[in-house]
Formats: sequence, structure tokens, C-alpha cells
Amino acid sequence: MVEPGTTVLQAAALVGVEIPRFCYHERLAVAGNCRMCLVEVEKSPKPVAACAMPVMKGWRVKTNSPLTRKAREGVMEFLLVNHPLDCPICDQGGECDLQDQSMAFGSDRSRFTDIDFEGKRAVEDKDIGPLIKTIMTRCIHCTRCIRFASEVAGIDDLGTTGRGTDMQIGTYVEKFFMSELSGNVIDLCPVGALTSKPYSFTARPWEIRKIDSIDVLDALGSNIVVSTRTNEVMRILPRVNEEINEEWISDKSRFSYDGLKRQRLVTPMLRNSACELKPVDWEAALLTVAKVIKNAGSSIGAIAGGFADAEALVALKDLLNKLGSEALCTEYTFPMDGSGTDLRSNYLLNNGIAKVEEADLVLLIGTNPRFEAPILNARIRKGYIHNESEIALIGPKVDLRYEYDHIGTDPQILQDIASGKHPFAQQLQKAKKPIIIVGSETLERPDGGAILAAAQTLASKTAAAPGWKVINVLQKVASQVAALDIGYAPGASKIREMKNLKVLFLLGADEKVFEKTEIPKDCFIIYQGHHGDYGACIADAVLPGAAYTEKQATYVNTEGRAQQTLVAVSPPGQAREDWKIIRALSEFIGAKLPYDTLDEVRDRLEDVAPHLTRYGYSEDANYFKQALELSKKSGVKMDKTSLSLNQLELEDFFMTDTISRASPTMAKCIQAVKKQKESKY
Amino acid sequence: MLSNLKTVARFFGRPNVRLLQTTATQQSDALFVHRDTKEDNPDTPFEFNSENLQRVNAILAIYPEGHKRAAMIPLLDLAFFFLFKRVNAILAIYPEGHKRAAMIPLLDLAQRQHGWLPLSAMHKVAEILKLPRMRVYEVATFYTMFLRQPTGKYHVGVCTTTPCWLRGSDQVLNTIRSELKIDVGGMTEDRLFSLSELECLGACVNAPMMSINDDYYEDLTIEDTKEILADLKAGKKPRAGPRSGRFAAEPAGELTSLKGVPPGPGFGVRADL
Repeated sequence: MVEPGTTVLQAAALVGVEIPRFCYHERLAVAGNCRMCLVEVEKSPKPVAACAMPVMKGWRVKTNSPLTRKAREGVMEFLLVNHPLDCPICDQGGECDLQDQSMAFGSDRSRFTDIDFEGKRAVEDKDIGPLIKTIMTRCIHCTRCIRFASEVAGIDDLGTTGRGTDMQIGTYVEKFFMSELSGNVIDLCPVGALTSKPYSFTARPWEIRKIDSIDVLDALGSNIVVSTRTNEVMRILPRVNEEINEEWISDKSRFSYDGLKRQRLVTPMLRNSACELKPVDWEAALLTVAKVIKNAGSSIGAIAGGFADAEALVALKDLLNKLGSEALCTEYTFPMDGSGTDLRSNYLLNNGIAKVEEADLVLLIGTNPRFEAPILNARIRKGYIHNESEIALIGPKVDLRYEYDHIGTDPQILQDIASGKHPFAQQLQKAKKPIIIVGSETLERPDGGAILAAAQTLASKTAAAPGWKVINVLQKVASQVAALDIGYAPGASKIREMKNLKVLFLLGADEKVFEKTEIPKDCFIIYQGHHGDYGACIADAVLPGAAYTEKQATYVNTEGRAQQTLVAVSPPGQAREDWKIIRALSEFIGAKLPYDTLDEVRDRLEDVAPHLTRYGYSEDANYFKQALELSKKSGVKMDKTSLSLNQLELEDFFMTDTISRASPTMAKCIQAVKKQKESKY
Repeated sequence: MLSNLKTVARFFGRPNVRLLQTTATQQSDALFVHRDTKEDNPDTPFEFNSENLQRVNAILAIYPEGHKRAAMIPLLDLAFFFLFKRVNAILAIYPEGHKRAAMIPLLDLAQRQHGWLPLSAMHKVAEILKLPRMRVYEVATFYTMFLRQPTGKYHVGVCTTTPCWLRGSDQVLNTIRSELKIDVGGMTEDRLFSLSELECLGACVNAPMMSINDDYYEDLTIEDTKEILADLKAGKKPRAGPRSGRFAAEPAGELTSLKGVPPGPGFGVRADL
């Protein structure tokens, strides 16, 4: 019935019987140390641990027999002997495995009298950083956190010290658990030993509303659950999606939500004669902005930032097109030589995130997936551990938490490999499932086109099976794929070339694409977005928009999968959903956009690109051969300068966009990393 | 003690009111988290000396790259020196890919060289084996024979497990306490002696016993204990083994069984065979 090697616990799950467990986790190695999954097997003298015992033919497993129930009750009793009875003040209360299982499988009375004599065991708390709060007395030694740290995160800093009743989980020396995935141990912990520091004592699981959403702090579109109470985001948890994030999310996705409450633009603002931004009401703001835009005619350009959703992108594009301008750009550039962004396969992670773990050879070109896409890096590491994949990197030497072959930093190595001069060429040729991942940051170089072309050439020379897509591009921001799909031009060169730029519309563009001095003095800058960052700083008019937790919006992740966020909280103050602002503005200008509801905007999205509204599905891209042929025609030469990246060390990871820059928790993380670096441990 | 006070206090106070807070009893005299001290910190100088470095390399040659932790356990302490002579035999035992199995021999070597195991020695072993430091901390804290705090020249361990306890290990322990004026877990000021309580060391037949560094002193009485300590203080090396006049673990006094002449071949066998 089941495959050989299936454990009793897995087999029981297949037929719908859930066996209680604490230490077993399907994504971690089997430890078998909590003994909660004991079941009776007929003719076996003792109960067996279901999580570690492979099923044999003809076994009769009794999951609800008196012996099994007694075994569970006994295990439960032993666990509770040294577990404090502090559920009322424990953050895990209400969503605690130990609580639930002691209700379901524990005894109905206590035989514990030792409290009058020796007292319960007590363990001192550890300081493992600004994200995870530890109350180690509550720990039941399931070792899930240790296994996560060493298997998934690749940071072997957690372990067990001591033995017997003195055993404790910790770091032995004073050390922070410095991983970009550290927050996941909070979800893994079946009790309240590891809880979230920013969330501590703020809410109870039964008072919060849970809204399914999508993370936009990197380009992977990890699935999340936004927990809210009284119109406030209380915390963000991952949601299982096997295709994307399994059940992990990065620390930036999980903890930067406090940035959503700070530095927010809550009211429209106009710059007065004294050059100060003053709050005005929506009507005044829209009237002024509309007048300026009307006067500018077609001399208007727009730049879309990393958090822009597809609805706002298409509305802004329709508006500018109506006004006769085609100058719509994204913040991050992409080489337009060859087929450029005309073929989707050029800018997507074509093979999909999940398939990365199947690859037998991963070639990373100018990217640091550990910080640009931590979940993707966890996938690569999974392949490295379980699939023995080989990994090679061309680019700055970074710590990826797995061993890789550092080929060099010079992009010209790509040409050497393509011509067979480099020893790596044979390795690539032999690989059956090779994957080449090119970082979008590298493609922003002037010779990005040549690098992409070289990577495409390499991909075409591999022996991959049809359907296995070798060439992949890893985007850095959530909006890029949707913007390119809709028809935005990558990079602001189009606007730079415009001689008489009268109006510049920044849709959440904060990454200093333009210095203030580069923009003509008489150019009117409109900033629409949710955070007071660089964009709002240089703007003449500010239109407050909604953040990703405050709108129902479409985002397309780096593999081309359309997903939508849902409204978890309402936008603060007078802030409004972005496409609605543009729609209102169009009416003031007199170029009314033909949609009034979200459904109508999405109909328009569907007209532009049908896959944008097929939520949950990733639309494949093809035409690799054509892209390769076209790239050969471009005359860009490769530079000799070596590849460089913005995010090299862990402290570079935490603050990369307007939300995380506004987050005090992320600031604390950077502080902690720097402190840890000075420490001798 | 505190809990007794609490019970007494309960008589006088209102019932169901906790008058005295008690904390959990300490189960071990060692601490299972690291605290920097003057003597034990990451900067404590530790390098394997040249003689030991040769041994380190020899040990490393035994275990190839990898991670078969199970192999660590049989290699405790002296076992290593025994096995060390048979490098080639051991090479045949362990398959390719198990270098980290050498952790325990290396930690032991470090302890023998330094007298105890400072944090910097653990770091050194981690560095040699190319392992995360935490994996070395785990092993070093698990085994009670790795001493993670400064230890005297003579580390006295008294077995207090049931057989020894029944035969008077408490008296032995108290004698050492009063002779050396230190408590369990402590060290004399001249750094000559340190004392710890140990669980069964497998010499139950010769109970009570204590171990001093690598030697067992067995069949102890209070006088024996005093004499051994005095000898050590005087710089002499007392003879290890039973103090009762026994040679080893034979019965005290005379034999109680197997007294007759051993029967020859064919004893108890059917006549027709």
C-alpha cells in the first residue's frame, strides 16, 4: 500500500489517523525523542515510536488501544512534571501543542506532589537575539529548533548541553541566533519556550483575525497569514504553500510589520511656497495635481517602485497612455538588448522555486540568494543536503550556509565556460538537471545584456531534458514581474532621455533612481505611496497610498505566479488604495479611466495579460531559443569589472525597502548582528 | 532545607499561602552554560603542544571526513591510547567519511595536556575537525569526565552510587571534605586537590572506592582515605587498587564456592558417550 520506508506515523496520516507528536516534523529529520507518538503494534512487547518505525507488511497498529492511551498519558505526565504551569501568562497559550495534547491525551488529574519538596526543574533563559524570546523552563526538549537551525538554516549555533535532567537547549556561550530564517523556530516550537519578542504579551490567538495574504518584501511572494486585532497588524505568520515557501518565511517578512505603523503617509500633502509639505484634503491635492498634469500634457513620466501592485500599475499606465505619454518605468533596470523584456522567459525564474531542490547543479551568477530570497536559498540548501546537488557561484564570495564552488567574480568566466575553456564546462555538460540563476542586480550593470546572453548560451549547451528550464532570473522586488508583464520599461532611462519632463509621478519609488538635482527644476514631482521615505522627501505633492496589508492587490512573483493580498486592516488616516487614487485623479484630469470597481480593474488586467488574474498559477514562459538568437544580435561587450552586490553580509539584509527601513525591529536586528560580530563567540 | 522551612512556616501562617519561595534543587555541581571567568574564556591560551600535535594528526588520520558520531563513544579516555597503537586495525574498522568521530579522543588529549578543558581548547578541537563549535560544546558538556572548570593536580572523584554508599562512601566523602577543607565541586587553594562526586565507576565489588586522576583506590576506610591524601600531599604516589589486602576483585577472606579440585574432562557426562 505505501512505499517501503514509510513510517507508521506517515502511513497513519495517509489513512486519516493523526498520531500526536511533539518532536516529529515532516520537514525535519526524525529525532524520536519526545515519545508522544507511541502506538501499540500487535505482537510487539512494547509500544513503538510511530515517527521512527517503518511500517512492515501485515502489521496491526492500534492507535487508540488502552495500551496506546496509557503510553501517551505516561509521556504526557513526564513532560508536565517539569513544565511550568504558567499558561495564563504564556504567549503560546491557546495555540500550544502541549496544551492541546494534554487536554486530548493527558490524564485528568495530577499526581505531582514534588512541588512541596524539591520544586520543578528550572532553566535559565537565553538571550538569542532581538527576535526570539526564550523561556527555557517551558522547553520539552523536542530539539525541533536545533534540527531547523542545522538542517534548514545552516546555522549550527543551537544544541543541547548537559545530560539527563540537566540537559538544556541553548548556545552554551552567549551568542545570538543570527539567521535570516530564525523566526521559523517560533512556529516550530510546540510549547512557549521560543516565542516572538516583538509580539510578546500583545495579543491572544483567539482575539485575532487571520487574513491570508502574500508577502512583498522579496520577489518570492511567500504566502503569509496576517493576524490583526482592532485594525492593527499584530503579527505575520507563514502559510503553507509547497510551490513557494513550504512553511518558512524570512525574518524580514515576519518581523518588519512594525514598519507598517511608522513613517506612514496618512494625509495628502502639498509643498507650499516656503517649500514645506503641508497636509491638505484630498480634493485640494487632486485638484492641484490634476491641474499640473493637464498643463504638462504628454511631458509626464512615471516610475513604479518595488511595492506597486498590478492594479495600480495598470491604472497608472492607462492614465499616462491616455495623456499621450509612454514614459512608464520601473525602478530597477533590465537589459533591453536582444529581446529584452519582450519575452517573459528573459526575466522570470522559469523553472519555478520548488524545482530548485531537484537540480543536480546550481550555478549562481551575481546573486546572493541567502539575502535576496532567503526561502529560495533554503531550497538550494535542501537540494544540497538531501539531493547532493553541486552549487557554483560567479560573483562576490558570500556566506550562503552551504559549501559551493566559487568560480570567480569576473563575468568573463561565463564566456570561458561557454567556449569550454573553463573546467566547469564539463561539469555543466554532464549535469542532467542544471539550473542557472542570474541575479537581477547583476543584470542592472551596463553589460547586463551580455551577461544574460552568456548565461543563455550556457543554458542552451546543457543536456537538460525538455521541459527542464535551465535559465532563471531572480528578481529582487515584488512588483518587477507584474510591471514588466504590463509593459513598463525597466529602468528610468526613458525618463532620463525626456528633454521637457514637466511631471514625474513616483508610484512608491524610493530607491533614489534620481537625485533631486538630476530632475529639471520646473518638474513637478508627485509621490504616491505609503511611507515617508526618499520619494516623499523630494515630492511636491504626496498622495497617501495603502501598504500590502491594506489592499486587495495582485502581485506576480519572480517565477511568474500571480497571487493576491487581501485587506487585513484599513489604510491609516486618509490613505486610500492605490488604483482608486489614480482612478480619482483621472477624473479630475478629465481623462476618466473606464473602471470603477476592483473587478473592472481586474478585467482590464486580464485584457492586458490574462495570467495576471489567474491566482495561484504560475504562467510558464517559453521561447528560450528565440531569446538566445535575438541576444546574439546585441553588440554589448562584457566589462572586465568584477561583479558586486549590495547585500553581502547579514546586516545588509534587514533594511532594504521603505517598510523595513521604518521598522524598529529590523534596526534592532542590525544592531544585534553588529554586536555579535564584535563578540568572540 | 528551604522546603522544610516552608512546611514549618505553613503551620504558623494561613494554609494555601506560599510563604517561602523555593527553587529547584541543583542536580549537578557543573554548570551547563558557559560563563566567562578569568581562567576560562575564549582567550585562554591553548595550543596543542608539539608532542600532542603529532598525536592529533595521528588521530585525524584514523577518521576520514564526515560524521559518524556513534563511533565517538567507545573511544573515551584510555581506550584511545590503546587503540592508538593499532592505527591500521582501526582504519579498517571505520569506513570513509567519519572524521568527527575523533572528537572525544581530541578533547581528552586537550584535557590531559591542560589539566582541564577550557573553552579555547573546545574551539581548537572544533577548528581541527572543521565542525561548528556547538557540536563540540554538546559533547564536552555531555560527558562528566570532561572537566570544564579549573581542576586541581589531583582530581578526587568519590563514587556515591548505591553499592559504594551502602559500604560507607559518605564517610569517605566526609573525610575528604574535612581533610582538604573543600566541598564537592571545590578546589584547594594550593590547586593540589579538587573534589567531585561521581556515579558508578564499575568497581562495586571493591566498594567504597574513589578515583584520583586515572587511578582507582578501592576498599577504602577512613584511615585509608586519610593516608592516600597525606601521601599525595607529601608528593608520594600511593599504590592504586584495593586497600584491604585483596589483589583484585576476588572474594574478601576465603573462597566461598568452587573450593574443591576442579573436576576433569568427562565430569557429569553420560557414561555411554
